[in-house]
Amino acid sequence: MRNRAMPGFGLSLGITLAWLGGIVLLPLSALAWKAGSVGASTWWAQIGSRRVLYALQLSFGGALVAAAIDVLLGLLLAWVLVRYRFPLRRVCDALVDLPFALPTAVAGIALTALYAPNGWIGRLLQPLGVQVAYTRLGVLLAMVFVGLPFVVRTLQPVLESLEHEVEEAARTLGASRWQNFRRVLLPMLMPTLLTGFALALARAVGEYGSVIYISGNLPMRTEIVPLLIVQKIDAGGDTGPAAVLGAVMLAASLLVLLTVSLLQRWNRRWMEVG
Amino acid sequence: MATLDSHATYRPRGLGVSVGQGVLIALALLCVAGLLLLPLLVVFAEAFGKGWAVFVAAIADPDARTAVWLTLTVAAIAVPANMVFGLAAAWLMTHYDFRGKQLLGALIDLPFSVSPVVAGLVCVLVYGVNGWFGGWLDAHGVRVIFAVPGLVLATVFVAFPFVARELIPLMQTLGNEEEHAARTLGASGWQIFFRVTLPKVRWALLYGVLLSNARSMGEFGAVSVVSGHLPGLTNTLPLQVDQVYNGGSASAIAAAFALASLLALLTLLTLLIKRLVEWRHGGELAHPVRRH
Repeated sequence: MRNRAMPGFGLSLGITLAWLGGIVLLPLSALAWKAGSVGASTWWAQIGSRRVLYALQLSFGGALVAAAIDVLLGLLLAWVLVRYRFPLRRVCDALVDLPFALPTAVAGIALTALYAPNGWIGRLLQPLGVQVAYTRLGVLLAMVFVGLPFVVRTLQPVLESLEHEVEEAARTLGASRWQNFRRVLLPMLMPTLLTGFALALARAVGEYGSVIYISGNLPMRTEIVPLLIVQKIDAGGDTGPAAVLGAVMLAASLLVLLTVSLLQRWNRRWMEVG
Repeated sequence: MATLDSHATYRPRGLGVSVGQGVLIALALLCVAGLLLLPLLVVFAEAFGKGWAVFVAAIADPDARTAVWLTLTVAAIAVPANMVFGLAAAWLMTHYDFRGKQLLGALIDLPFSVSPVVAGLVCVLVYGVNGWFGGWLDAHGVRVIFAVPGLVLATVFVAFPFVARELIPLMQTLGNEEEHAARTLGASGWQIFFRVTLPKVRWALLYGVLLSNARSMGEFGAVSVVSGHLPGLTNTLPLQVDQVYNGGSASAIAAAFALASLLALLTLLTLLIKRLVEWRHGGELAHPVRRH
């Protein structure tokens, strides 16, 4: 191959494979091996337990709903940030990165302080009979918080590069604003929206720090799967039960990762055809 | 007149917006203020809510100071290590064609999709007492889990892809012509790397290192599994925040927020430098799908 003329192939391949193998692949295969060797009874004891089932339901169900909310809010934010000019736009744009950069434990206690019954927002919601902290709603809120930047940052470059001509053509042909959005923009943005959804979903499913304070961790009510994994490790002794739940989480993230890469391939083809 | 003027982007229009735009902008501002700004503000409000004395006492606590020191130590090991890896991976991915390249690219991104708790768990499975290497390590008197090496390993795992993710798309866009020209002129591999490639990608490198550092210093889930939560020994700053907060009393919570405000300051600093780099050197950064 012509490219081989550039020196450094062996060294860069060596460093990359050693680092990737030692830090990522070896530990992940230890998880697969452990989860594979514990036997059906341990699997059944975990996956069949009602407490775990509730947590799985909340982790995956909550993350799906949160990612859907993120898509709506993220579309609004990305649209406004890309298309309109208004005071504080740069500040808003910078703040979108906050959930990426704020340590999750800090986000967790901050959200709890805000939404606790005596908090700034919790106090306002109390008379309305809405309680967020220590309920499933609180879990959902934390998941929405951590997933939001993924949707906005995925959408922004695509919105910036969209051909204005297509929209203008549609408008010239008499399309209303809503028709324009519904029939022209939305189909063009669909692969990107789905990518953002999948990324937000992956983050929300695995999130730990932001969720565990506001959730209150009530068994069968507001426990998430990562919390159960931590509890099972902290209990000491056999790591099998934790490995089983870890394997479920890992399988889910691999599935989401695969979906994202397929979506991006679809997106690329879309862009090339378009 | 249709208000969705698609060329609005290209000229600053100040406040001259239509009702429809105004409503959308107001909704977006509300969303940013309520969902993003308030959590940041409440950290500082709670940190100083009980007065300066409580704040200073919380920061001056010996365990808190050890935690700050440990956080800096872990980042000082994990960030340069991941930087070297990121540079090697970017060089590999953009200078050569080989079988399995696509798979390798996907694997580099993998840690972003793994739950931090799972990242901690896998470290326990390899290096813990009953783990693959646990027995051997124990026999040689080396502690990884519930000790500093475990914290470093877990941190390296979660902050693994940041540098490579910034560099690979940029180096793909920029191409290799200059490197090949330098090669033709007789430059060695290292000369090409330090004199041609590194200056080309320095801002993207800084950008990646910045994000990697923020993640390394702020990581909670992964280190929480491997730390053992020994105050003054294996608590990084986020773990110390957690432990103090769980004390539950009003003064404990104020102290936890005081420590959390240090991390929030780090966040603000990170976002500020990030913006500055984007603003001054945006053209020298990759413009990929951002997914930190």
